[in-house]
Amino acid sequence: MILFRLSHGLVAALVLLTTGVAQGDDRRPPRSGLEFVAPGLRQLQEDEFANPGMLWVMRGNQLWREPAGAANKSCADCHGKEAPENAGAAAGYPRFDAARGRPVNLESRINLCRTEEMRAPPLAYESEPLLALTAYFRHAARSQSMVADDSGAMTAVVARGRQVFEQRRGAFDLACRHCHELNVGKSLREERISEGQSNGFPTYRVSWQTLVSLHRRFQACDTAVSAEPLALGHDDYVALEAYLARRGTGLAIETPAVRR
Amino acid sequence: MSRRRPPWGAALAAGVAALSVGALAETFDVREPSLAPYRIEGTGIARPLTGRAGDPARGRAIARARTGGHCILCHAMPIPEEPAHGDTGPDLAGVGDRLSGAEIRLRIVNPKYVLAESMMPAYYRIEGLHRVAAGRPLLGAEDVEDLVAYLATLKGR
Ligand code: HEC
Ligand code: HEC
Repeated sequence: MILFRLSHGLVAALVLLTTGVAQGDDRRPPRSGLEFVAPGLRQLQEDEFANPGMLWVMRGNQLWREPAGAANKSCADCHGKEAPENAGAAAGYPRFDAARGRPVNLESRINLCRTEEMRAPPLAYESEPLLALTAYFRHAARSQSMVADDSGAMTAVVARGRQVFEQRRGAFDLACRHCHELNVGKSLREERISEGQSNGFPTYRVSWQTLVSLHRRFQACDTAVSAEPLALGHDDYVALEAYLARRGTGLAIETPAVRR
Repeated sequence: MSRRRPPWGAALAAGVAALSVGALAETFDVREPSLAPYRIEGTGIARPLTGRAGDPARGRAIARARTGGHCILCHAMPIPEEPAHGDTGPDLAGVGDRLSGAEIRLRIVNPKYVLAESMMPAYYRIEGLHRVAAGRPLLGAEDVEDLVAYLATLKGR
């Protein structure tokens, strides 16, 4: 009898344990990278007038209204004078583009508008105008919660992103999760490791004195573990972006964040 | 058991099994193209990769350099002239009391033999890695021996 009760208790405990583990990372609320930065950087990020990333946001505001391409149309011609009317949309990328049968992130969405609606050449990834437009759009969605489309065709994309997040790589043989899940809050010399959330992107990097896209950050982390970085806009980086959006759902968008 | 060239997974499983039970019966030789072969016996690699003892002063420099082993990225070490040391790995002060030279050598060569899920890079390994830029290990055999010699001096914290 005692044995029976014991094993019963054990089973219950095991069930609790396993469900706890299974739901573990879904239940723990995500934490913004802002919680891990030095106080000086936090101040710089939160002061709209001092935040260096705001230069790109302002430039994006201009570009939003500037006609371009053979169609001589501006973004504002189709989407309204103020980006905030579209703010909800910026919070939800990447999303699945049914017509093209692939996921698109904000950068490629902007370029699709240029090539197809404005009949203008696409902007290069990481070029100043593309960073400016992305930052302007995401800034307009500031304080809104990140949302992730992980239904339908996006389910497979998010699953692929998770695989990439967990795949060891490079001579250092580390996956994203080794730093951003298993060692959050610890330090690699002067760098304090955050959860690697994407809610502040594009982000102003003080050490590089420029705004950087999320994919540029992926490349930097890949390079740090001596892995061959993927091309900006690579399918696996878009998948990673979708997984991070899923993982960070509920975090407030903080673009442009300021980091070391 | 002794294998000339164990397939990576098998070697890993054997190594992990052997070391986690602490049984010293397992022995196997690891051969990778263009790396000096070595033999894992029990919890360590007894024979220096170069066949001779390393230079501790050079080992200290390698532990510290960003372009060398850069061990202080993850470990606190008694190297006070470097400002920030990482803390994702254990403090290595006193490691010479805790581990033998053979055990230290195995942990630098490939810590995954000790702990498959380890966060620590294997410094003397090429095979079985994903998307690596260079076709050479993080450190050469001589560098590993210099580090082993240096870490063995870290006693009595
Ligand atoms: C060796 C450790 C390490 C690995 C592996 C690693 N990162 Fe990072 N990552 C860092 C550090 C250190 C920073 C800068 C401090 C911070 O924000 O966490 C960082 C920053 C980031 C940021 C910016 C977070 C913010 O709030 O600004 C993102 C996003 C990120 N990493 C994602 C990834 C992804 C995705 C991978 C895998 C492709 C990855 N990282 C692999 C160490 C790592
Ligand atoms: C990216 C992180 C990282 C780097 C870089 C790193 N280590 Fe480690 N090291 C660890 C971790 C984590 C452990 C704990 C055991 C494990 O997870 O394998 C460890 C354990 C050890 C141990 C065993 C310590 C003990 O008390 O059992 C030794 C010895 C060691 N490391 C030496 C080195 C040396 C020498 C270097 C540089 C050539 C180095 N490590 C670089 C993360 C790292």
